[in-house]
Amino acid sequence: MEMKDIRKFNGDEASRPSSKSKQQQLLRTFVYIFLVIGSFIMVVPFVWMIVTSFKPLDEINTYPPSFFIRKPTFAAYLELFSIIPMGRYFMNSLIVTSAITIANIFFCSLAGYAFAKHRFFGRDKLFLLLVGSMMIPWQVNLIPSFVIIKKFGWLNSFAGLIIPAMSGAFGIFLMRQFIMNIPDDLIDAAKIDGCSEFTIYRRVILPLIQPALASLAIFTFMGQWNNFVWPLVVIYSSKMRTIPLALSVLNGQFGTNFAMVMAGAVIATLPVLIVFVSFQKYFIKGIALTGLKA
Amino acid sequence: MNCALKEFNKHKASYMFIAPSFLIFTVFLIIPVFASLYWSFTEYNILQPPKFVGFQNYANILFHDPRFWKAMTNTVIFVVGTVPTSIAISLLLAMAIDQNIKFKNWFKTFFFIPSITSIIAVSVIWKWLYASGKYGLFNHFLSSIGVPPVNWLGIDLTLPSIIIMSVWGGLGYNMILFLAGLQGIPQVFYEAAEVDGASDWDKFRNVTLPLLRPTMVFVTIMSIISAFQVFEQVYIMTYNSEGAVGGTLDCALTIVAYLYETGFQRFAMGYASALAYLIFIVLFIVTIINMKIVEKKIEY
Repeated sequence: MEMKDIRKFNGDEASRPSSKSKQQQLLRTFVYIFLVIGSFIMVVPFVWMIVTSFKPLDEINTYPPSFFIRKPTFAAYLELFSIIPMGRYFMNSLIVTSAITIANIFFCSLAGYAFAKHRFFGRDKLFLLLVGSMMIPWQVNLIPSFVIIKKFGWLNSFAGLIIPAMSGAFGIFLMRQFIMNIPDDLIDAAKIDGCSEFTIYRRVILPLIQPALASLAIFTFMGQWNNFVWPLVVIYSSKMRTIPLALSVLNGQFGTNFAMVMAGAVIATLPVLIVFVSFQKYFIKGIALTGLKA
Repeated sequence: MNCALKEFNKHKASYMFIAPSFLIFTVFLIIPVFASLYWSFTEYNILQPPKFVGFQNYANILFHDPRFWKAMTNTVIFVVGTVPTSIAISLLLAMAIDQNIKFKNWFKTFFFIPSITSIIAVSVIWKWLYASGKYGLFNHFLSSIGVPPVNWLGIDLTLPSIIIMSVWGGLGYNMILFLAGLQGIPQVFYEAAEVDGASDWDKFRNVTLPLLRPTMVFVTIMSIISAFQVFEQVYIMTYNSEGAVGGTLDCALTIVAYLYETGFQRFAMGYASALAYLIFIVLFIVTIINMKIVEKKIEY
């Protein structure tokens, strides 16, 4: 932003090459060098992951390590899907993540609407409780939540993975802030037409908050896809593992077969990368607005 | 009673709307918060009912548990090692991207990719980059500039290696927050500074930094809180065949890793609950101190 104005300023006196503009030119060059080197450092580990995943084992253990693959192979991916049930893990992750995302969209917007537009006894106190709860570190409720899940008999099940995450303070907060901006007139008009509260929610509110729902959906999807600690404590059988859990087991059991571990990392990374690239705008805007990571 | 019932009937829809969320909220947050507070004063191994022991867990942790202090020290080293570095670099990045440059969105995407990638995937990738001997990419790089290979995940370097990786992984997220902050600074301030003949450095020191204070405070608090809770990186980087977490001689044992081991490998749930509450107290104090600092300095 500074640059633009300086350029305007220099533009008036373009005929005279001032030392200031030279200095700016130099700064600009530095900015580019800084960003290009930085991007390089960001991307190289991922390139190395992809390259390694397509290397045959003997090439991984040749010296010097190279970014060039002499005989590219799918062997690591084939191993991944035959030695361990990676397809099953992928489906587990997909089921859990989708169920949680859909539940959050529904429950958070429903509660957010009530907090934003309804007047009822205890509303503000409940909302304060909800917002305050975001300050509690997850370690505090991890152990009792585990014990409760165990008492319900939901250990090692989809229910245990999905149900505790079906709604959240952050989502309700986000929805409430957004719905507060909807003019009351719209809701009143619907009431005069005799719409029930649920019809108002479905026909008036939901269509108007679609951008916020998209943000929430993306946040939830990405956060849950990468969630590790909860599956780590709740799941004990091998067939119920989610992708991050599978990757950590892979790291433990096949830690020396780097091609296979890297292929696992590729599979863990790909879905979120696709979601991110497709919905980048919503995501970055959402972070900037709320400052919260999923 | 009758009155309360009437009140409920009048607002039945509202209560129905918040009911599903509050059911989950109650069962998996409110009850757990009190349960773990109670358990922190008990001996509890899940199989037998909790046995009340007063402040014994807290006393043991604070006065008779060298591993707790080792974990606490490592965690503080991790926080001090990651937070200032990450803030400095990500602020520089945000300022660079905020300039009138080409490929802005490409740069943003590159820096943000590690933040959306699962920390488990990032950790296994870095474990491979750190691989010992000559096959690891980092060691190969070192040897190509004439430095002998280093045992990145050995006893001395595990924690610093995890710090480097975590700084790398957190840059993009902080950068986005700083970018939002920078874009909120009204252009007139820079124009005024320019009229006064301010240099770029003057503008940074006297316009950007003071006006970025709210963002800075927010990023600092959030970074300290999340750094204090570091776990996944440690779990992957130090995992060994016996399933122990924390590395040789606890060289990279952090406080949450210790809580995990206590609660879910030794099933000492009372002790682990006390650890959780100590984490809660530390984070609470950190947040309060940060808020106090803001309050003081905002009046200039």
